[in-house]
Amino acid sequence: MEIVYTRGGVIPYPGNSTENKTGSWRVFKPVINYEKCIRCMICWQFCPEPAILKIKDEDVKKNTPAPKEPIKRLPVPEIDYDYCKGCGICYNECPVNAIDFVKEER
Amino acid sequence: MKVMIRGNESIAYAFKLAKVKVIPAYPITPSTLVPEKISEFIANGEMDAQFVPVESEHSAISAAIGASSKGVRVGTATASQGLALMHEVLFIASGMRLPIVMGIGNRALSAPINIWCDHQDMMAQRDTGWMQFYAESNQEGLDLGLMAFKIAEDERILLPAMIGIDAFVLTHTVEPVEMPEQKDVDDFLGEFVPHYVTLDPKKPATLGSFGFPQHYMEFKFGQWVAMEHAKKVIDEVFEKFANKFDRKYSKVSAEFMEDANIAIVTMGSMSGTAREFVKKMREKGKKIGLVKLTVFRPFPKEELLSILKDVPVVAVMERNISFGFGGAVYAEMGANFVNESKSPKILDFIVGLGGRDITFKTFEAVLETAERSLKGEKVDEVNWVDVNKEAVLKVEGSL
Amino acid sequence: MTENYEDMEFFAPGHGMCAGCAAPIIVKWVLKLSGPNTIVVNATGCLEVATTAYPHTSWRIPWLHVAFENSAAAASGVEAALRATGEKANVIVFGGDGGTVDIGLQALSGMVERGHNVLYVLYDNEAYMNTGIQRSSATPWGAWTTTSKVGKANPIGKLRPKKPIARIIAAHNAKYVATANPAIFQDFKKKVQKALSYEGPRFLHVLSSCTTGWRHDPSKTIEILRLAADTGLFPLYEIIDGDIENMRITYHPKKFKPVEEYLKMQGRFRHLLKNPDLVKKLQDDVNAWWEKYGYH
Repeated sequence: MEIVYTRGGVIPYPGNSTENKTGSWRVFKPVINYEKCIRCMICWQFCPEPAILKIKDEDVKKNTPAPKEPIKRLPVPEIDYDYCKGCGICYNECPVNAIDFVKEER
Repeated sequence: MKVMIRGNESIAYAFKLAKVKVIPAYPITPSTLVPEKISEFIANGEMDAQFVPVESEHSAISAAIGASSKGVRVGTATASQGLALMHEVLFIASGMRLPIVMGIGNRALSAPINIWCDHQDMMAQRDTGWMQFYAESNQEGLDLGLMAFKIAEDERILLPAMIGIDAFVLTHTVEPVEMPEQKDVDDFLGEFVPHYVTLDPKKPATLGSFGFPQHYMEFKFGQWVAMEHAKKVIDEVFEKFANKFDRKYSKVSAEFMEDANIAIVTMGSMSGTAREFVKKMREKGKKIGLVKLTVFRPFPKEELLSILKDVPVVAVMERNISFGFGGAVYAEMGANFVNESKSPKILDFIVGLGGRDITFKTFEAVLETAERSLKGEKVDEVNWVDVNKEAVLKVEGSL
Repeated sequence: MTENYEDMEFFAPGHGMCAGCAAPIIVKWVLKLSGPNTIVVNATGCLEVATTAYPHTSWRIPWLHVAFENSAAAASGVEAALRATGEKANVIVFGGDGGTVDIGLQALSGMVERGHNVLYVLYDNEAYMNTGIQRSSATPWGAWTTTSKVGKANPIGKLRPKKPIARIIAAHNAKYVATANPAIFQDFKKKVQKALSYEGPRFLHVLSSCTTGWRHDPSKTIEILRLAADTGLFPLYEIIDGDIENMRITYHPKKFKPVEEYLKMQGRFRHLLKNPDLVKKLQDDVNAWWEKYGYH
């Protein structure tokens, strides 16, 4: 990336840290098991990156597996592996053990 | 309109005329009257501004940075220990390129604690990246205060500026001052436009970022370039001011220098006494001249070279001392000539520390040493004047 | 009815905070609840260093860093400028415990006393983590840090209790003061919303675990923070208009857990567990606190 210097070190590009793909930090990887996920969004709530997305797209809601049919009305949590550092908070906090924590393979 | 005001009021009136929006300030002798006067202007409805009565000078300059980052015109005032307490934050104001203007009631630093005049406080902030102006009179305090905003806020500069007015000699002394009309100041300064990125929720930006080694130096180079540009912009603004208000300023002013073989270099209020002394000596046929530094940062290198290159002896008189070398002005004056093929003999005279009076007697002592040097006699490079040296050496001993 | 921004992220990923750090959880939620019309002032510390390495920033709202000890003063200036121009925006400070409870206390005290309309959020990880885990006045009794080391002559670690910063700030007659804990999420969220709803100086003291300094598995961040509340070690309360006598406890653990459960999950307390008397002393202190204040 070509550096454009600003005066006083001002960064006029809000949120451009997304250029840093911190997913490369990961040693363990959380994987959501949608068959068990009740879409409570606690993982999304506590993700410090934040690297868990709340997907509200109707097709995604419908087409993502769920333990019960009514749950398909709810937004779907989706891990953004570009940024997930693999801290495991989501895995630890999931109330229905719907997140597996597996060794990252590269 | 002529008014009778004290030096601190010059700064306060400059802020009022410049329509400063936020003034965070903390009282300290001898600059306390500045926030007092601002508080009075606001209480009387004469000034539409926010006065922030902070709990320290450190917070004063920090709040100034906060307000300036939001994109309003900001002024503050302090002195001595207060300025020293601001030290680390002064670098941040200039590093962030915020055009804050600050009035300084030039006062000695402790210990021993002393509330009277010298320039040690501002000289100790020489390397903080602020422009530095020194006033000779209350009129200069007011005028330089107004011009400082125009210079600091110039799109080519964006650096903070401090204006020194000597403790008590100016801060507390009533002098006649020509008070500019508001409409003329409005004309001169124009509407405040921040030519820098501000804290704006509609256009979010990150101010005060973290600079790793691969970027830090470029930001410092930027400050260097801005300070170099300031040399030209200061001249432009001084000229615009002269056209508007008919009072002429220059970074360095030379008087009686055409044929002078001794130049006395001064700053601040001692320049008035120096001028009278030089006139008197001229009447006696002595070829001495006066060189007054109004701007110390950026250092007026080119002007000094041109004024002093053919003068045999330059006597720098200064109210500051860097222990282990000499005065700051002397050091820079010497460095200024070091690469020139021809250099005057440059002598340093430490005078008037902690409010010691600078009188004709002081100038006579300076002249006497300078004249001996002119004759080719070897004299000390750094000379302490008006000091009871024997008494001190009795305590300190000698090697 | 103000707009709901809970599904928006004003704090972007790609920052350099350690995996499992609690601070970004606090920050992202404060911003979700304050929305885009917000200006943040950030004290020097991990959060500032790891989110704004030029030319990248994680902040999607205007953000200012000046130095370590003066964020409250810088925020005072931002707020004064807003008053001068008649604009309205939330001014929020994020500072760690060092920048707030130690070196920044004077500026904070001044800001609150002057009545600036600022929400100051202390994320308290109980030591100088950015410089490498040195004790601060917010470090609790018995914690190991790199400057409260444990050894033969000192089996305890830090010998003095934590400074009660929330009560100190409340004693300034701050508009709203509360302690909070992101693991007790509804209480935390309600307090942020409540703090945002008031005008005047507001202060949130939020406990924030540090995986490196507390020495715990990154996945246990929320679990440990929950134990801080459920053991009664970090009580959650609020104080309005400086009325300390009527401090209101907002979270009563259904059943208090023994402090040992909190201690044993963190390396910084490992030494205490070897000595039942020290654990008992801590338990007694907690019991005494709740005995004194717990029925409010």
